[in-house]
Amino acid sequence: MNTIVESRPVASEITLLRIAAPKIARKHRAGQFVMVRVAEVGERIPLTIADSDPEAGTITIVVQAVGKTTEMLTSLGVGDEILDLAGPLGTPSEVEDFGTVIVVGGGVGTAVSYPTAVALSKAGNSVISIIGGRSQENLFFEDELAAVSTELHVCTDDGSAGRRGLVTDALADVLAATTVDRVLCAGPVVMMEAVAEVTRPYDVPTVASLNPIMVDGTGMCGGCRVSVDGTNYFACLDGPDFDAHLVDFPLLAQRNRAYVDFEAKRREAMQPCAAVSVDVEAAT
Amino acid sequence: MSERTRRERMKLDPVEMPERSADSRRTDFGEVNEGYTAELAMAEAERCLFCARPTCVEGCPVGVDIVNFVHRVEAGEFEEAAAVISADNSLPAVCGRVCPQETQCEGACGLAKKGKAIHIGHLERFVADYARDHDHAPAPVPSPTGKRVAIVGSGPSGIACASDLVGLGHEVTVFEALHEVGGVLAYGIPEFRLPKSIVAAEMDQLRARGVRFETNAVIGMVDTVDDLLSVEGYDAVFIGVGAGLPRFLNVPGENLIGVFSASEFLTRVNLMRAYVEDSDTALIEVEGKAVVVFGAGNTAMDAARTAVRLDAASVTIAYRRSREEMPARTEELDHAEAEGVRFETLVGPVELHGDDDGRLTGVMLQKMILGEPDADGRRSPVPVPEQIREIPVDVAIVAIGNTPNPLLLRATPDLEQSKWGTVVVDHDTGQTSKPGVFAGGDIVTGGATVILAMGAGRRAAAAIGEFLGSSAELEEELL
Ligand SMILES: Cc1cc2nc3c(=O)[nH]c(=O)nc-3n(C[C@H](O)[C@H](O)[C@H](O)COP(=O)(O)OP(=O)(O)OC[C@H]3O[C@@H](n4cnc5c(N)ncnc54)[C@H](O)[C@@H]3O)c2cc1C
Ligand SMILES: Cc1cc2nc3c(=O)[nH]c(=O)nc-3n(C[C@H](O)[C@H](O)[C@H](O)COP(=O)(O)OP(=O)(O)OC[C@H]3O[C@@H](n4cnc5c(N)ncnc54)[C@H](O)[C@@H]3O)c2cc1C
Ligand code: SF4
Ligand code: SF4
Ligand code: FES
Repeated sequence: MNTIVESRPVASEITLLRIAAPKIARKHRAGQFVMVRVAEVGERIPLTIADSDPEAGTITIVVQAVGKTTEMLTSLGVGDEILDLAGPLGTPSEVEDFGTVIVVGGGVGTAVSYPTAVALSKAGNSVISIIGGRSQENLFFEDELAAVSTELHVCTDDGSAGRRGLVTDALADVLAATTVDRVLCAGPVVMMEAVAEVTRPYDVPTVASLNPIMVDGTGMCGGCRVSVDGTNYFACLDGPDFDAHLVDFPLLAQRNRAYVDFEAKRREAMQPCAAVSVDVEAAT
Repeated sequence: MSERTRRERMKLDPVEMPERSADSRRTDFGEVNEGYTAELAMAEAERCLFCARPTCVEGCPVGVDIVNFVHRVEAGEFEEAAAVISADNSLPAVCGRVCPQETQCEGACGLAKKGKAIHIGHLERFVADYARDHDHAPAPVPSPTGKRVAIVGSGPSGIACASDLVGLGHEVTVFEALHEVGGVLAYGIPEFRLPKSIVAAEMDQLRARGVRFETNAVIGMVDTVDDLLSVEGYDAVFIGVGAGLPRFLNVPGENLIGVFSASEFLTRVNLMRAYVEDSDTALIEVEGKAVVVFGAGNTAMDAARTAVRLDAASVTIAYRRSREEMPARTEELDHAEAEGVRFETLVGPVELHGDDDGRLTGVMLQKMILGEPDADGRRSPVPVPEQIREIPVDVAIVAIGNTPNPLLLRATPDLEQSKWGTVVVDHDTGQTSKPGVFAGGDIVTGGATVILAMGAGRRAAAAIGEFLGSSAELEEELL
């Protein structure tokens, strides 16, 4: 069950895993995720289904090693089995022919925006993709995105690939030059918040794929609650996609920091000599 | 068997349940009640009057033949007693521990008025534990009927339904969304009240009888109910998905770090074993902290007593009504109090406060008084103007109930629902508005009890048996 059939690094500390999960592959729609548990006393973590192949019966996940569970997951190899895999979960992204859409992916968020870009392109949209990362080695899926996009904009903080700057710089330029019908974004909370601010003056419907901390992923615990337009929603049930102009991003960022002390302790216990440096912001 | 007269029996004192001292039990998750020995059980059974009109049986929602089983216990015939109970109750080791006996069998016992009701729950627990410890062989299964039934949800309703259906010779698969089976028995009710080994033993019995379990199967998302019937070829489906969606207070500050639903708190601790040293599941620091729990049902008591075991500095139950209205089992209230949980009644939270990092620091409590009785006869709390005060709190746990989880239901639009989101069924059969689809337990009643869920699962099993039988006959006729 849940056997890994392919495992390869796609960027620095980011690994692609293809897993045999025929039923999930058949049901998956863009925007959905799986809950994964790797070890007996392990936690359950949500990961977006980056791709699925119903014929081959496989799903693809792209994992950034930011903590214990994601590190354990990325250290698995071909033939290994994933202990628990439940999905597809979450409400699928809204996909129809909107016209021209921009899909923004920051860091590992590209794994989230990629399947949506594919679905939107198939639905007839003209898709403009924008991806960003710290440096060239943090980027992935450039070719895959280029194949489904009319334009691909690459941004890096250090200018090692594409333009030097943030995804929001590229976004602002595209919005100024083109009429856009919809914007989708996935990535660090600060990035999604910035995207919402850039699109707000244009009044473009903007959707963010939110990444709160989850426990069960089925609506049972309420730990994933997010505030949208002053109302609480359970992201695993009603999301993860929400209207970015109405999301309370500071609250989401705050709640995602709930366990920083615990996580730091756990990482130390895992690697007693070399404390790994982890970009918590990249995950939150 | 002793030949005591009725008068002599009535003079005997109740045999209390041996329990671990509050001091020893509040530091670990070991079971609180230690259970009767055979001698204690027989001594307690000796008090029963074996009434000609046993009101106790009427008090039991599934009508366990209490007179008969207690009689067997008095005679030391424990295996026989177990068989008597099993005829009506497929989860006696669980029910003996968690039924609200004081409002059911024991509340209806003729001796209850004198405060000396027979401890039926303790006896039931003893008998079930005895049978399990003495290699009670799994009940035999008849030759296969060739009919297949899908059970959605592995809580008490699903388990009971599975047990009866496999006993009728049907092929049964239980689908569970989580990675562990048992429903609330696994992720809700804590180890110190219901050891996981007991739930596991029930599951092993079912497996031994041929029931298949598929975990991580979220029905509605992976297969829908329609898929189970038309693609996967099941002949009938039972829906026992519980009432899983936690309700929140709807007051400002509810999203601060440190505010949990009881489901999240208990899931992190019970299902994800956050109390085990090497668990990867995070828990907010409880040790040395001030904890408040809103609500006063079994869930609230479980959360409060769990916080005690995680070494909280103080644990307070804050409840809108008075002590008399608290819905938890009497034993849970007593145990919670003995373990140092403080009860603060006639208060309701109106606002939660936090620090700059968004961490909970305090709760504003509004003073209440009890007003006129409402529609269902309960006196509802009314705020006393201008009587609000703040108490310092680090962790707040909301235990004010659940609503039905829409996950499966929204993928099954042709299933008739009530305005509360529960599934509408025929009470006697569990038949839903959809042919071949049955439902029972909390998804039908809203949050209720293990015994009611179990009873509903069994009624549905009987109806499913009839449904499959008749469809088999129909096929024969057609041939
Ligand atoms: C719907 C959704 C889709 C996601 N998709 C992807 C994906 O495709 N690829 C990917 O690499 N990551 C994805 N994430 C984030 C991923 O779940 C977290 O990085 C992971 O849980 C971290 O676990 P850890 O034990 O390795 O790290 P930890 O040490 O536990 O945590 C590191 C950081 O990750 C965040 N985090 C911790 N636990 C959780 C949790 N249970 N749920 C969400 N975030 C958490 C916290 O902000 C924390 O600071 C997604 C999150 C959500 C909610
Ligand atoms: C903390 C707590 C303490 C309690 N204490 C007591 C007590 O002392 N005495 C008492 O009598 N009652 C008690 N109760 C109530 C009792 O546990 C419930 O009434 C009973 O468990 C309901 O049984 P059920 O079969 O309807 O559902 P549940 O036990 O809720 O089980 C439902 C199962 O279905 C699964 N599920 C949900 N959706 C899906 C899906 N789409 N696909 C697959 N699986 C799904 C869930 O994960 C769950 O495992 C307590 C409840 C709680 C939460
Ligand atoms: S099932 Fe519950 S109510 Fe019925 S006899 Fe047993 S303990 Fe009492
Ligand atoms: S009512 Fe009480 S005394 Fe009478 S048979 Fe039942 S348990 Fe025994
Ligand atoms: S993760 Fe528990 S309700 Fe969403």
